[in-house]
Amino acid sequence: MSVLIVLDQSDNQIKKSAFEILSYGSQIAAQMGISAEALVMGTVHDDLAALGKYGVTKVHQVNNETLNHVDGQLYAKTIEAVVSLTSATVIVFSQTHTGKSVASRVAARLKAGFVAGAAGLPNTDNGFIIRKTVFSGKAFANISIHTTIKVIALNPNSVTTLLTNGTATVNQLNLTVDSSKIKITAVNKITGEIPLTEADIVVSGGRGLKGPENWGVLLDLAKVLGAATACSRPVGDAHWRPHHEHVGQTGVQVAPNLYIALGISGAIQHLAGVNRSKIMVVINKDPEAPFFKAADYGIVGDLFEIVPQMTAEIKKLKGEKSI
Amino acid sequence: MKILVCVSKTPDTTSKIAFKNANTQFDDAGVQWIINPYDEWFALVRAIEIKEKDPGTIIHLVTVGAADCDPIIRKALALGGDEAFRINADSNDSYYIAAQIAELAKQNQYDLIFTGKEAIDYNSAAIGGMIAELVDLPYISLATQFELNANTATITRELEGGEEIAEVVLPLVVSCQKGIAEQRIPNMRGIMAARTKPLNILEPIAIDTLTSIVNFELPAPKAGCKMVAADNVPELIRLLHEEAKAF
Ligand SMILES: Cc1cc2nc3c(=O)[nH]c(=O)nc-3n(C[C@H](O)[C@H](O)[C@H](O)COP(=O)(O)OP(=O)(O)OC[C@H]3O[C@@H](n4cnc5c(N)ncnc54)[C@H](O)[C@@H]3O)c2cc1C
Repeated sequence: MSVLIVLDQSDNQIKKSAFEILSYGSQIAAQMGISAEALVMGTVHDDLAALGKYGVTKVHQVNNETLNHVDGQLYAKTIEAVVSLTSATVIVFSQTHTGKSVASRVAARLKAGFVAGAAGLPNTDNGFIIRKTVFSGKAFANISIHTTIKVIALNPNSVTTLLTNGTATVNQLNLTVDSSKIKITAVNKITGEIPLTEADIVVSGGRGLKGPENWGVLLDLAKVLGAATACSRPVGDAHWRPHHEHVGQTGVQVAPNLYIALGISGAIQHLAGVNRSKIMVVINKDPEAPFFKAADYGIVGDLFEIVPQMTAEIKKLKGEKSI
Repeated sequence: MKILVCVSKTPDTTSKIAFKNANTQFDDAGVQWIINPYDEWFALVRAIEIKEKDPGTIIHLVTVGAADCDPIIRKALALGGDEAFRINADSNDSYYIAAQIAELAKQNQYDLIFTGKEAIDYNSAAIGGMIAELVDLPYISLATQFELNANTATITRELEGGEEIAEVVLPLVVSCQKGIAEQRIPNMRGIMAARTKPLNILEPIAIDTLTSIVNFELPAPKAGCKMVAADNVPELIRLLHEEAKAF
């Protein structure tokens, strides 16, 4: 028996979200006394044996370039073959874009109970119960999975990644893969930006910034922090910022270590997309803004005065550290 | 062209989330029910747009739920569906729900099946992928653009840090999100027409429930917001650095 951890890759590289689930899956395996093994589909340039440091003992690779692009139909068949090869009883994904298009298919194919958006380790004392976020982060549900095989997709940034000093053996699998029914005609990567869902720090702006021409103060702060940038829905709707930056219940859901909200009132729909952030900071000139009720740190004041000072202070701090 | 749009009933986005019966059930007292926004604003409206261009298109709506779903289905019909199916079962298990819809899909041979990117209550984003697997069709999730050219769909889907453009020959399953269409409001004519459109109640097929909800929990309340004076920005940065260890 094993826990099989299915890793995301893009551009021939294993994605950051994969390291968290490697550790997560390994912790589940340790808890259940079974082995932790990983699966990589497609061509990657990473050192697969080194993934042992996250706790897995074996890394299987199906190095077929058809799998370089995500096609859930082909992925599900490939994963099914590896599941039977490894006698996997728990299959772990990250609840990323790839996870969303693949994990549900795998669960249906194997008729396995599925929990998407898991928030932590399962309780395996008596059955298999796992916590997931529901109502857009406003609550949790404990879900019991009744089937022998369980499929879990973990919300990114939910568990601590533990490191060991192990290495993994790498097992190349030669599986036949059908041709894809999905023809990819273009891939447009946003370059020079940190992907919102992978960022440790997010700096987000609302209508309080008054117009797109004022985003400089926000971008400067994001730059010193190495942060991704986000915005509230009206800002996206007004095209002050690109749509993909819109966070909230109807936008992107993020869970960074630090979320800094500038000139955002903190409407319930906005909070639903950001309330899994570890630390939330609010700068708003209205002391009654609802965001202060949800935040950890706040300043009541004019963001156009405060934000440049924040940037300068952080620069000072980072400058001192590097000496 | 025959399109199936999957819709679900969810609490309004401003609802207070609370639970009852020892936290085993969602407390719906005072809750206003809406069509899941992703289903309504994006999946349904995009289907309606296809029909506006090609009036021969038939739009079916499906929901899996009890009779209290009927008002939201009527609203969806008022926006523009032709005929609705309610599969009369109450379940929170994604596989159970997807298998019911897959059964309808097998009978009706749709060219397109649209879902919203996720439901705002259970946030699993699972139904589209499961239906696709159960009827063995390609699935494109998180679509932000969808164009049809005869039998080929050109779809833009969101990736982490970018987007991908794909061409797929119908039939297929698509999960829809912002960008694919713009929210609409039902007009009087639509509301009147919806009254006479068929809403068929189907009994569910026998399917195993693979998961169940043990109970719910609310997040621990925050300790409260630590306020820093506007003239003391260095203190905020110090707290974030030293106390919160945020960078
Ligand atoms: C079904 C539904 C779904 C929705 N989904 C989302 C979603 O996903 N994401 C989302 O963000 N919203 C969503 N909304 C909209 C949401 O209800 C709010 O309208 C929106 O979040 C408000 O955006 P805002 O905070 O930028 O603007 P406002 O509410 O206008 O707030 C602007 C804030 O800036 C402050 N301010 C102004 N000037 C300054 C200054 N100089 N310095 C400091 N502070 C200043 C003001 O005090 C105010 O608090 C949704 C709404 C509905 C009905």
